[in-house]
Amino acid sequence: MTRHPDTVADAIAHPEREQPYDQLGLKPNEYDDIRTILGRRPTSAELAMYRVMWSEHCSYKSSKVHLSQFGDKKPETDKLLVGIGENAGVVDIGQGWAVTFKVESHNHPSYVEPYQGAATGIGGIVRDIISMGARPVAVMDPLRFGAADHPDTRRVLPGVVAGIGGYGNCLGLPNIGGEIVFDSCYQGNPLVNALAVGVLRHGDIHLASAKGVGNLVVLYGAKTGGDGIGGASILASETFDDGGPTKRPAVQVGDPFMEKLLIECTLEVLHAGLVEGIQDLGAAGISCATSELASNGEGGMHVRLDAVPLRDATLTPEEILMSESQERMAAVVTPEKIDAFLAICAKWDVTADVIGEVTDTGRLIIEWHGDVIVDVPPRTVAHDGPVYNRPYARPSWQDALQADVPDALARPTTAVELHDTVLRMVGSPNLASKTWVTQQYDRYVLGNTVLAQPEDAGVIRVDETSGLGVALSTDCNGRFAKLDPYNGAKLALAEAYRNVAATGAEPLAVTNCLNFGSPEDPDVMWQFERAVTGLADGCLELGIPVTGGNVSFYNQTGDVAIHPTPVVGVLGVIDDVALRTPIAFGTVGDVVLLLGTTRDEVAGSEWAHVVHGHLGGLPPAVDLEAERQLAQVLVAASRGSLVTAAHDVSDGGLVQVLVEMALRHDVGADITVPDGVDAFVFLLAEATARAVVTCAADRVDELVALAGAHGVPVERIGEVTGTDELRVGPAYGESLAWGLHDLRTVADATLPALFD
Amino acid sequence: MTMRIGVVTFPGSLDDRDAARAVRIAGGEAVALWHGDADLHAVDAVVLPGGFSYGDYLRCGAIARFAPVMGALIDAANGGLPVLGICNGFQVLCESHLLPGALVRNDSLHFVCRDQRLRIESTTTPWTSDYTVGQEIVVPLKNGEGGYVASEAVLDELEGEGRVVARYLELNPNGSRRDIAGISNARGNVVGLMPHPEHAVEALTGPTTDGLGFFTSILKGLVEA
Repeated sequence: MTRHPDTVADAIAHPEREQPYDQLGLKPNEYDDIRTILGRRPTSAELAMYRVMWSEHCSYKSSKVHLSQFGDKKPETDKLLVGIGENAGVVDIGQGWAVTFKVESHNHPSYVEPYQGAATGIGGIVRDIISMGARPVAVMDPLRFGAADHPDTRRVLPGVVAGIGGYGNCLGLPNIGGEIVFDSCYQGNPLVNALAVGVLRHGDIHLASAKGVGNLVVLYGAKTGGDGIGGASILASETFDDGGPTKRPAVQVGDPFMEKLLIECTLEVLHAGLVEGIQDLGAAGISCATSELASNGEGGMHVRLDAVPLRDATLTPEEILMSESQERMAAVVTPEKIDAFLAICAKWDVTADVIGEVTDTGRLIIEWHGDVIVDVPPRTVAHDGPVYNRPYARPSWQDALQADVPDALARPTTAVELHDTVLRMVGSPNLASKTWVTQQYDRYVLGNTVLAQPEDAGVIRVDETSGLGVALSTDCNGRFAKLDPYNGAKLALAEAYRNVAATGAEPLAVTNCLNFGSPEDPDVMWQFERAVTGLADGCLELGIPVTGGNVSFYNQTGDVAIHPTPVVGVLGVIDDVALRTPIAFGTVGDVVLLLGTTRDEVAGSEWAHVVHGHLGGLPPAVDLEAERQLAQVLVAASRGSLVTAAHDVSDGGLVQVLVEMALRHDVGADITVPDGVDAFVFLLAEATARAVVTCAADRVDELVALAGAHGVPVERIGEVTGTDELRVGPAYGESLAWGLHDLRTVADATLPALFD
Repeated sequence: MTMRIGVVTFPGSLDDRDAARAVRIAGGEAVALWHGDADLHAVDAVVLPGGFSYGDYLRCGAIARFAPVMGALIDAANGGLPVLGICNGFQVLCESHLLPGALVRNDSLHFVCRDQRLRIESTTTPWTSDYTVGQEIVVPLKNGEGGYVASEAVLDELEGEGRVVARYLELNPNGSRRDIAGISNARGNVVGLMPHPEHAVEALTGPTTDGLGFFTSILKGLVEA
């Protein structure tokens, strides 16, 4: 069946034709802007392109005005080879090596169809990495779900985990970490963020631009199908409402085998020098790839849309432009090199077709069987979308929330109560062992994984000869961000930064995935503005630049938004991965020391959440100068092999740290509560800028001197005993002891009981 | 003279680099073999690595078994060439009928990645001669379809002929019959193993270096031969 498309000639001849722009998610002012740009009504194909490219997900129209702070407040650095705006930022890690890393959300599709939503989240972020010319070497998944015992979490979580495993394992990328957080605020809006990291030599950086008039535009990879049509605009740019039509057809379906071929094929054509410009096809598919390539290059492109290979011959040109079929890439290739390019694609059994060429006309022209159906300035589609300075205001309830301090919450008053409280915490869903999830992910493939979950950060060896490597951690405490979005974002940054430093890596750069509710709600927009400002200020204070990121709005059901959740990823470099610091208690007789200052800070803590279901007050004080000094001590101690283990203190407080260090290799310790410190505060408060380290007894003086030189408080708190107990005392006149077997049983039981 | 161990790459092979690294660490030369090339390039032994050849679509190993390289490999294996199939490679060997039985979906229905304790049951193969009978080793295991199944008669035959090469200890991770982790053909030169010794060859990246023995075994055996 051939249907006459709505051509540019038709648009000129029939300017009066009504167009359902509002049903497509465009606002009246946006439709008027399109008419002004074109000097006529758009064709239906043009309308389809503008509509997806001007969607919140693709255009950042509500966030742009605030995100500019990441550039405006960028710290001085010579480490950034490619900054914000490209597919992913590129960071110099030395020895001629560079790293590119990025995190993106796939929240909405993962709620609609957990397996495919999560799977294609991995696929999309990996294509961002390969389009920079980098070999992907690892992935991580920061995940947030509703209440652990809610029936719908049982539907969503196993599907998401299986999807991440099913796709990532088949792709051959180790999954080295991430987060799994449960909170009822995410019940209808789980957060499925995916991070990928890739490595490349400095000379191998490639950018998305269509340079050279007459060069050919090649579409390669999977054929285009009807899956994911308009996914970005339908799913990621509106709030879900009950009772609406099912949105499942908008979710893409992944083929990790094709993606694996695409990785190898793409790296081979790039290294053979056959590519002038390259772009992955993600959100908005061909609309995005053609308009961005053209806009970044000579400014024009001529595309024959009927040359696109299809899985479904009945697709209309509008559907082909909008399809978000996975595992596709676009490359710009000179006519002289096209045969070599196609030969490499054939070697990898990858379909490749020339669909157009680069022009200098300043127009993106798309034809369909000889009819021109798109004739637009590509920049207006790709970059000059609407920008909104949406109204924002401190929520009316924020003061009351902050005034609801946790001072009146009942605390344990006896040793028995404290003992039992700790056991309850250890088995609570957010603190319990995540092995049920992480054992569904391959962490070994590629053979360069030095540290992975449950370590503080994932560490990957980059250079097998020199031992150069990178560390990565993602973190965010959404409760802290709800209490104070500005400091909550800084706390997320501080935690990721501390986690990276705890492994011995020097923090270098930041990426983020900003998950929020509806930008049309001034309360949410205020949270967003505060969080972005906090993160930008924090990065400037710590001297590490933001290299890129992603915004996910509309994570809300009805009027109820998720906690503001600015997930922060920090990348660090370690000169020799052999010196990395693990979290495990190791050698019997090692001394246990606490770095940093403990304060009575429990607002927003895991204890307040688990024991009292309470959220109120102000989050722990953030002191980035103290974080920087702590990191310097941790990195120097690692380089000097001064510490045998290190673990950052965060969710669950000090006792959770001790439990994890002991359970890692079943090695017990005796811990002394310092004089004048309340045992509850010592064990369960979540004061920041702290870490627990272990050190050989004969090197304690060196460590104390090192900490002193950096102004970091240090206190000797115990000894690694190697027994099968973790002992802590004195606590309310007694000594507490937990058998490691009991702790493991409690920690390991929770997730299998919920999800098996 | 350095022994040359071929490592086959099928579309979707993932652990080919790891297998090649393990060969090098053990002191051999790793030779990349391409699925579409029927020439084995005169290698002294071959590793079929782990991964998801052809996406494991249709059935694990079912498509890879028909690759041009496999025609040559089947003939060579029947002639005595040492072949080690790891994980997906084990599945390919079963699909090729170089080894009996089949590998089915884990009984847990989940993919599983864990540090797995094994007992080496046979040291008469060229891939296990560096171990001792009964030696316990820990190497990574990672599979979604690693449950070894065969008829009772075949299982009895494998046991009776000493062709069970390794067995799971402490926990059977995938429902394999009789806790079987690896087997050999009657001649002993072809070994299939579900766990991944190539991921346990460096202290820095593996749980142990216990896997190195598979690669030192073959290299020593070839030198002595």
